[in-house]
Amino acid sequence: MNFEELTQLAERERAAQHAMPFQIHVCAGTGCHAAGSEMVAKALEGEVARSTLKGKVLVKCVGCRGLCASGPIVEVEQQQPNAEPASVLYAHVRPEDAPEVVRSIGGEPVERLFLDTNQPFFTRQLKIVLEDCGKIDPERIEDYIARGGYRALFKVLDEMTPSEVIDEITHSGLRGRGGAGFPTGLKWATVAKANPQRYPTYVPPGVQSQKFVICNGDEGDPGAFMDRSVMEGDPHRVLEGMIIAGYAVGANQGYIYVRAEYPLAVKRLRTAIRQAQRVGLLGNNIAGTAFSFNIDIRLGAGAFVCGEETALIASIEGGRGLPRPRPPYPAEYGLWGCPTLINNVETLANIAPIINRGAAWFASIGTAKSKGTKVFALTGQVKNTGLIEVPMGITLREIVFDIGGGIPNGRKFKAVQTGGPSGGCIPEQYLDTPVDYESLTALGSIMGSGGLIVMDDSTDMVEVARFFMEFCMEESCGKCIPCRAGTAQIHHILTKFQTGRATMRDLRLLEELCDVVKHASLCGLGQSAPNPVLSTLRYFRHEYEAKLRSDGYAYGHANGAAEEALSHVQ
Amino acid sequence: MRRYGYQGHALIEALHTAQEAFGYLDDFTLRYIARQLRLPYSKVYGVATFYNYFTLKPQGAHVCVVCLGTACYIKGSPELVSALESAYKVKAGSTTADNALSLLVARCVGSCALAPVAVLDGEVIGKATPAVLLERVQQRLGAAQPAEVAS
Ligand SMILES: Cc1cc2nc3c(=O)[nH]c(=O)nc-3n(C[C@H](O)[C@H](O)[C@H](O)COP(=O)(O)O)c2cc1C
Ligand code: FES
Repeated sequence: MNFEELTQLAERERAAQHAMPFQIHVCAGTGCHAAGSEMVAKALEGEVARSTLKGKVLVKCVGCRGLCASGPIVEVEQQQPNAEPASVLYAHVRPEDAPEVVRSIGGEPVERLFLDTNQPFFTRQLKIVLEDCGKIDPERIEDYIARGGYRALFKVLDEMTPSEVIDEITHSGLRGRGGAGFPTGLKWATVAKANPQRYPTYVPPGVQSQKFVICNGDEGDPGAFMDRSVMEGDPHRVLEGMIIAGYAVGANQGYIYVRAEYPLAVKRLRTAIRQAQRVGLLGNNIAGTAFSFNIDIRLGAGAFVCGEETALIASIEGGRGLPRPRPPYPAEYGLWGCPTLINNVETLANIAPIINRGAAWFASIGTAKSKGTKVFALTGQVKNTGLIEVPMGITLREIVFDIGGGIPNGRKFKAVQTGGPSGGCIPEQYLDTPVDYESLTALGSIMGSGGLIVMDDSTDMVEVARFFMEFCMEESCGKCIPCRAGTAQIHHILTKFQTGRATMRDLRLLEELCDVVKHASLCGLGQSAPNPVLSTLRYFRHEYEAKLRSDGYAYGHANGAAEEALSHVQ
Repeated sequence: MRRYGYQGHALIEALHTAQEAFGYLDDFTLRYIARQLRLPYSKVYGVATFYNYFTLKPQGAHVCVVCLGTACYIKGSPELVSALESAYKVKAGSTTADNALSLLVARCVGSCALAPVAVLDGEVIGKATPAVLLERVQQRLGAAQPAEVAS
């Protein structure tokens, strides 16, 4: 396919869609799917076929709309000449509601189900990564192309050299969305410069590439589902980002590493890859150029540590997901010993918009050091749980209270947890901090991949710390001792707190242990595992102290030890 | 396995395929995979036990997975587990004596907005309460009994 064919296809698809004055979008994201959206879609289709509007209404299933708690969500769109379609959103739609919804098309919306899009949940968001998610049918490449998809790929192939692409990404200021926030342009440049002959390689026969691009869709952080929603709702955007990345760094083979727990994401990605191959946007000589690129899917199998890049590579090679010391970084010595680019799903989903609209546009959004937007999975004790995308630099208070709608059941806000098991809890007094990589790190938490869990005053912070430590203990791969033994010991001490057996010495030991594990561990899992404990100790120390043994002494310890312990407190 | 040319790096894919077909990985399957891919059995066993997703034990007729991810945990999923544990005399991670129900726990099934979440035979039950969940499990078990007697 060449650029003209792409434009024609987009025109044809748009014309076909305009021929239908109305469209009904039924959310088929995980949340709405679980709430029964499939039945709703069937009921609507049946109803349309029976009504006078037959042939004028297109019912399609789309990706996540964000407001998962109000699912199933249905959107009725009316085409308008020379303008964005007018749309009405309905929440909690049940199959029985189908007749009423279909009857209302073209007239007054159904009051009972109406969802106001003028509330902060919608108006405060800024969608770049998710701009098409919930608008297009993720199982049809034509729909993506009709909305301008793959234009960026052609722009790159036709007009730009690989180094120009890398410069564009560098100037945009995009940073990795996988957690650490490493500048993406710099990473691409490193891989592009890396010499594949520098280290011995062991590429298996049949794989033809000297460099690789890996899309990290492992998303092991419990409580987060951003990457899943992107892969399920807009898979072609991820593919396009990967192909452009491959062109920029000189790779001919890409892998998407997805958790096996996400069967729907796997299925949609497989469909997307097949469709892209069919129209010649993937495979040999893409769009008639000399550039070839293939993408394969590799399934994860439920190990948190496999989100870590070196462990992920070990897993793709077919072994146990054990991390190894860096350097050499995967950018020089990665998959099968070749230079490898690893980027998160969301990072890659940002590529096409940057190429299309330019680095300057992207750099104008966000704060001085963190550009663009971030997708968060907002969950826990807030009214509006779901998927949101906000510009960097928005405050946590705006996220929790404006977009999230505050705490339900008249309870009080206590803390918000970011970054999952590697992050920390942020208390009320820091809610006005702008969200960017640096300020969250300064608060003892991290940006992480995007889980935001809100806790109210009924939450026991020591229990939260214990919960995360149990997670890290079980997920520790066991390769290095500080992490394997340290997390178990920390967990043991936290359990002592929960059973009322902890003493002052335990509190001190806990702090020491956290310090050791943090500094001596091999990979990011161990290095960040103490974060939940450290941050709760920092902001909620009184809760730990309230749980000390009431007499303040350890069993069988002489007074000296207890005194020493007490003097340490002072 | 043929698709990957019987190469070592196909191991995880092979295990996935086998588990999908048989429901679990028994010793025979692991040995077969090891032989076909020309890998030491120890490596195959090591990989199969490293990843949580692979299970070496057969599962019950019905499987109920309760999410213990952060979002669900905060919203009370431990209560779901203990309710099921006491109602069916089964410990989390194991199967009832009559092989009717396996109770498993997961780290986030990715429906956190609907926390707490349980997955019963592949069907996601969001915003679950112990009462609702027990009722649904009972329905499944009840429905399955006649079929089992018949077979
Ligand atoms: C313990 C651990 C878990 C991680 N889990 C993930 C994950 O689930 N998803 C992800 O994209 N990155 C994860 N990362 C980060 C990756 O190692 C890597 O930095 C990232 O994929 C790089 O992509 P980016 O530059 O686009 O952020 C994890 C890191 C560590 C140390
Ligand atoms: S924490 Fe339970 S579904 Fe994510």
